[in-house]
Amino acid sequence: MEKHLMKGAEAIAEAAILAGCRQFFGYPITPQNQIPEYMSKRMPQIGGCFLQAESEVSAINMVYGAAGSGARVMTSSSSPGISLKQEGISYIACAELPCVIVNIVRGGPGLGGIQPAQSDYFQCTKGGGHGDYRLIVLAPDSVQEAVDFTYKAFDLADKYRNPVLILGDGMIGQMMEPVVLPEAKTEFVDKPWATTGRKGKDRRIINSLYIDPAVLEQINLELMKKYELIAKNETACEEYMADDADIIIAAYGTTARIAKKSIKELRAKGIKAGLIRPITLWPFPSEAFSKAADHAKCMLTVEMSCGQMVEDVRLAVNGKVPVDFFGRVGGMIPSWKEIMAAAENTLKGGKN
Amino acid sequence: MTHELIIAGFGGQGVLSMGQLLVRAGLIENKEVSWLPSYGPEMRGGSANCSVIISDEPVVAPIVTDASCLMAMNRPSLEKFVSSVVPGGMVFVNSSLIDIKVERTDVTVYYVPCNQIAAELGNTKVAGNVMLGAFIAATGAVSVENVMQSLSQTFKNKQHLLGVNREALEAGGALVK
Repeated sequence: MEKHLMKGAEAIAEAAILAGCRQFFGYPITPQNQIPEYMSKRMPQIGGCFLQAESEVSAINMVYGAAGSGARVMTSSSSPGISLKQEGISYIACAELPCVIVNIVRGGPGLGGIQPAQSDYFQCTKGGGHGDYRLIVLAPDSVQEAVDFTYKAFDLADKYRNPVLILGDGMIGQMMEPVVLPEAKTEFVDKPWATTGRKGKDRRIINSLYIDPAVLEQINLELMKKYELIAKNETACEEYMADDADIIIAAYGTTARIAKKSIKELRAKGIKAGLIRPITLWPFPSEAFSKAADHAKCMLTVEMSCGQMVEDVRLAVNGKVPVDFFGRVGGMIPSWKEIMAAAENTLKGGKN
Repeated sequence: MTHELIIAGFGGQGVLSMGQLLVRAGLIENKEVSWLPSYGPEMRGGSANCSVIISDEPVVAPIVTDASCLMAMNRPSLEKFVSSVVPGGMVFVNSSLIDIKVERTDVTVYYVPCNQIAAELGNTKVAGNVMLGAFIAATGAVSVENVMQSLSQTFKNKQHLLGVNREALEAGGALVK
């Protein structure tokens, strides 16, 4: 297997192309500009479409249209840009269209900064736009996972007719690591719902407006059934030295990698620490945390936020053990030493 | 063996490219590598740095906070990062532009007049490779040949520049031998 050295953002773009994505609509924002830059170069070479829209709102609605016609389509942005896309994402979720959205998160709120953050967890996993809907949210912790998850995201989106969001932080977008690229996809699922021109067929309608409350209730209930199925089939996490751990650290993305270093050092000191790293942020791997709470003494959630995923960990653990939190924000990155000190403090019953 | 490096200087000195050259060479040697740039409103003359890891084992955290080695191309970089080097680590100082000495006694310091040597070689742009040559000779992290191979791929259309770059790597290496 040939290894390529790629920047995370470029690797995401190439993985999308290998997954059959031929439509990309976006609007520039740091720190993910290498995705549209790469797409602008590659799409014309392979007969695809790269279009820089006049705004994020336009870009997501172009995604809506392309998805409706059955295309494999992607958009990418960073936090403030993702906020602007929320109306369109809600429409796409209701219309049950497949698409892939990449959010390379930067520090917020507001325009915030351009350094890495994880402060969009709530927005990405709890809705973000209006109404009852869910996105499948995948959180890679390396450039290789960024490739693998982006590639898989298109299949998941098609399988469930649902938007899939790749949640990375600025580090994932900017860092360079060796990757093995997957084969270019040549076979795709049939989309009998896509609006590709009537041509004598029955009329196909893509819509997110249901004036009759009885009908809209039914639509909601069917969406919920779909989300339950996704939760049953697709929930994923990585456990690292968690089996005998007295303290479980909960972290995702690049933060989890830093936490692994802390865990190695804690183990070297004789402290039994382990990690549970959610790979799907939605559906959340609640069961893994619930089971771990049966043997661990306590948990520590580490995030580049003021404490968002920690709420899901607490819900999963349901009071069985104390769940502490440690975070750095605004683009600051927690060091392995800080995480290590926080874990030792949590184990002593202290609060970080 | 794991080399955790910080390469720092001002924008335009090629510190990000130096890091990329090293990880490309590491990849040729089937090592585990990662490269993480500082990214920000960087510009020519502003500060730039990258975290580089070259290891026999999978890279855990890609950000370097405890460096086994610092390559400082200008004085603000030395002042900012010298405390990030672990005891027993190495500090490479571009003594052409840095007029202070490293006060720490628990690290090995190499003073490399990168710009001066590059000027003597007739191309001031190869100062970074003088530094890399010194680093490679002192650590053996990667081989000069593999750095040349990765440079050859990067300079597909500028093969005439390979000679002076090799001279720069060798001149830097000669300083620490």
